Amino acid sequence: MATLNSKIPTGPLAEKWRKHKTEIKLVNPANKRKYEVIVVGAGLAGASAASSLADLGYKVKCFVFHDSPRRAHSIAAQGGINAAKNYQNDGDSVHRLFYDTLKGGDYRAREANVHRLAEVSVNIIDQCVAQGVPFAREYGGLLANRSFGGAQVSRTFYARGQTGQQLLLGAYSALSRTVGAGAVDLHTNSEMLDLVVVNGQAKGVIIRNLVTGVISRHSADAVILATGGYGNVFNLSTYARGSNTTAIWRAYKRGACMANPCYTQIHPTCIPVSGDYQSKLTLMSESLRNDGRIWAPKKSGDARTAADIPESDRDYFLERLYPSFGNLAPRDIASRAAKRVCDEGRGVGTTGLGVYLDFADAIGRLGEPAVRERYGNLFDIYHEITAENAYKAPMRIYPAVHYTMGGLWVDYNLMSNIPGLFVLGEANFSDHGANRLGASALMQGLADGYFVIPYTVGDYLAGQKSGSRPSTDGAEFKQAEDNVRGLSNRLLATKGKQPVSYFHKKLGKIIWDHCGMSRTKAGLESALQKIPALREEFNATVNVPGSAETLNQSLEKAGRVADFIELGELMCRDALTREESCGGHFREEHQEADGECKRDDQNFAHVAAWEYQGDSKSPLRNTEPLNYEFTKMSVRNYK
Amino acid sequence: MVAVNTQKLFSVTLRVWRQAGPAQPGKFVEYPAKDLNPNMSFLEMLDVVNDELAAQGIEPIAFAHDCREGICGTCSCTINGKPHGPGKGVATCQTYMRSFSDGDTIVVEPFRARAFPVIKDLVIDRAAFDKIQQAGGFITARAGSAPEANALPIAKGDADLAMDAAQCIGCGACVAACKNASAMLFVSAKVSHLGLLPQGQAERDRRVLAMVNTMDALGFGSCTNQYECSAACPKLISHDFIARMNRDYVKASFRSAFKAAPANTSGGGA
Ligand SMILES: Cc1cc2nc3c(=O)[nH]c(=O)nc-3n(C[C@H](O)[C@H](O)[C@H](O)COP(=O)(O)OP(=O)(O)OC[C@H]3O[C@@H](n4cnc5c(N)ncnc54)[C@H](O)[C@@H]3O)c2cc1C
Ligand code: SF4
Ligand code: FES
Repeated sequence: MATLNSKIPTGPLAEKWRKHKTEIKLVNPANKRKYEVIVVGAGLAGASAASSLADLGYKVKCFVFHDSPRRAHSIAAQGGINAAKNYQNDGDSVHRLFYDTLKGGDYRAREANVHRLAEVSVNIIDQCVAQGVPFAREYGGLLANRSFGGAQVSRTFYARGQTGQQLLLGAYSALSRTVGAGAVDLHTNSEMLDLVVVNGQAKGVIIRNLVTGVISRHSADAVILATGGYGNVFNLSTYARGSNTTAIWRAYKRGACMANPCYTQIHPTCIPVSGDYQSKLTLMSESLRNDGRIWAPKKSGDARTAADIPESDRDYFLERLYPSFGNLAPRDIASRAAKRVCDEGRGVGTTGLGVYLDFADAIGRLGEPAVRERYGNLFDIYHEITAENAYKAPMRIYPAVHYTMGGLWVDYNLMSNIPGLFVLGEANFSDHGANRLGASALMQGLADGYFVIPYTVGDYLAGQKSGSRPSTDGAEFKQAEDNVRGLSNRLLATKGKQPVSYFHKKLGKIIWDHCGMSRTKAGLESALQKIPALREEFNATVNVPGSAETLNQSLEKAGRVADFIELGELMCRDALTREESCGGHFREEHQEADGECKRDDQNFAHVAAWEYQGDSKSPLRNTEPLNYEFTKMSVRNYK
Repeated sequence: MVAVNTQKLFSVTLRVWRQAGPAQPGKFVEYPAKDLNPNMSFLEMLDVVNDELAAQGIEPIAFAHDCREGICGTCSCTINGKPHGPGKGVATCQTYMRSFSDGDTIVVEPFRARAFPVIKDLVIDRAAFDKIQQAGGFITARAGSAPEANALPIAKGDADLAMDAAQCIGCGACVAACKNASAMLFVSAKVSHLGLLPQGQAERDRRVLAMVNTMDALGFGSCTNQYECSAACPKLISHDFIARMNRDYVKASFRSAFKAAPANTSGGGA
């Protein structure tokens, strides 16, 4: 049984982080260069961590599977990043951001972590501006804000519809600076395929060079995973195609606990699926809900075009159901509402799986140029994909998989239950509970990398003797390398008939149907039958052409999909055991009369952290109780 | 209901560059691509073709991609001679099959440039771009050292122009489109983005000199003002940034030769 000590500092909520920073152990400047830290991933979390640790003087080795760190999936974030600056004078504060985020997560996150996130949010904006991130500005030259879901203040900073791009390019520039200065040893096209644990501590990784196929061993004093989310378990999602779970999954198989894997986020405003060839779903940023109004026909089966449906026959269902938040209701709530409307036969578009996002009012009120200035690039994307003009007719949108709140379990220091293994960004489970509010993932990634890990990694390293890094000739390294070689050889040797994509699509459908926007006991049980059968079919019939000694994209995909299949099973198991509804986890058996989530704080106010027990045994479910010292767990109300 | 796309399924022939590795010779090979839906993206078409090739025991075509929405800069195909294909202001991944007609032969190659060697088939090595960034594409601001963000107002016009330049996705289409394989558009976008902001002034001279000199050393050609780069750029980055960088470069060279004071620190930029 794993020990899950959250290490939350004592003291008043608002003092915890400050107090912790003063009590934490430090590594003296001259000793820092004697410690080597491996950072896997260079999205917002990894790039900010790698450059910040290098600036402190640690030796840093950074690995990314991308051909450049600038291509990490963070680049695709559109809408914005939250910070409690209160520049709008609309009543925002660290406490309010804390409270909104905690409530948004349906009281399934740790109070202390969320409070720290809100505290450092203000430093993030300062840091990014200093790096040259070109945030939107008002005519007076000061920073502009917009509103996002789940908040009644305007605290979201943005750079047109490309906030993630600009923040990542900022972090990438810091990383590039430290690489150029020789402080970070950067390895691109390098995929981590195993974690090496020596004497119970994370001390290295096994890497495959994706271009040459060469497999290498790397040892370090600490290992940081910042490898992003696992939403591609659904196959169709708003993630980049390459995003995967391999790094955290293989760490799980080395003993790191996987927390709340069933907490996934379905984003309400994405372009609907158009055909079975489809490889990805495109997000239409939540920022559109500032000015767009969501509606569906009142009557089921209404075949008229949007323009022909008069006001009296339209149902602006979010405004009707949630008058105080309206179109800015949180994502899980907005998504389920859209699903219900479509389930009632009121969906629009050829598939009936869509609702309208309408800008006619905004265009009337602000004029088309103002709408174009705010959202032009999103309207362009919509046009490219659908060949439709959203200035003239409303967009059609449908929920799609967007974010994974679950991830590796970490304590307050962002260290997993394997000492020396730290997990940052979307790869950990820490701050978003059962539902993430918009514009808070970018905030968390940068908080972790710029402002948390620089302190907490030192606390761990101070307890390690410098120069005690194990040699890569050790038995643990050899065993891990053999494991990696064995996996690719098995995949290449199967020589079956089915392409990897066949299994990914099948898995995605099982998870979407049974562990998606709404879940039932029966559905999850059937998924738990189907997934092991799919895994067997995969092992027996997958076709992976080519060799391991060159760039082999089929082999890369096969390894990732094999991990997704196993993870999918764990997600369903987690969803089945959590006999309550909370945030993005909606169990049909547990709902209020009006269809809202019915939490069970008596029995489920805890983190479920799954521990691997071997391929043939069921994993162990450990729990970490969520003790709310300062906030009352109440029923989320957005009405 | 919204208009149904009634276009019929159609077929094309692909003439694709196949090259087993960096040191091996490459050649064009033809494959049929059948039953295509006009709403498929170009890369989705390649996915379908690849599954068919694999089923026939032929190794799938290696191609680079990730976000599939025009922002990561990974995709990099030259389609019918045009980097990123026929559309204006879009990347390869934002090219849809509705841009082609039944019976077309579509020629697909990797971006070609001396500084971007082919790794395999349609995949190229663009590490040179990272090296240019590492030489100077940053503002030095260690975490923890930043002043209050609103202490430094920036005129909206300057911020907007900086953002126009900052949108570059680092794809390299500009290099592939240029007959000299020059990287001037890419480099000028970064130099201008940072040089337009007051925060970027302290390192302005150093940055432009280091980035341009590194670019030259990495084997990119020189700019002869043909502006094929801007036309191929998926973000339509303006070639005006090249002129801006040239001015910066001259001034910086002058100042560094005479070791005079650094560039003005009042912000806004020349
Ligand atoms: C379309 C879209 C829009 C979004 N918009 C917003 C928004 O407006 N606001 C907001 O707050 N959030 C948004 N999000 C969420 C947010 O972008 C992500 O949660 C966040 O960027 C994740 O950052 P990260 O650093 O944790 O991971 P990533 O950016 O995914 O980076 C992962 C890194 O790990 C590397 N990696 C992964 N596995 C391996 C391995 N095995 N070996 C080596 N390297 C590996 C990759 O190369 C990459 O460098 C959006 C998400 C999507 C999908
Ligand atoms: S300037 Fe344009 S074409 Fe060149 S790398 Fe940037 S985005 Fe690509
Ligand atoms: S795949 Fe990301 S820009 Fe084309």
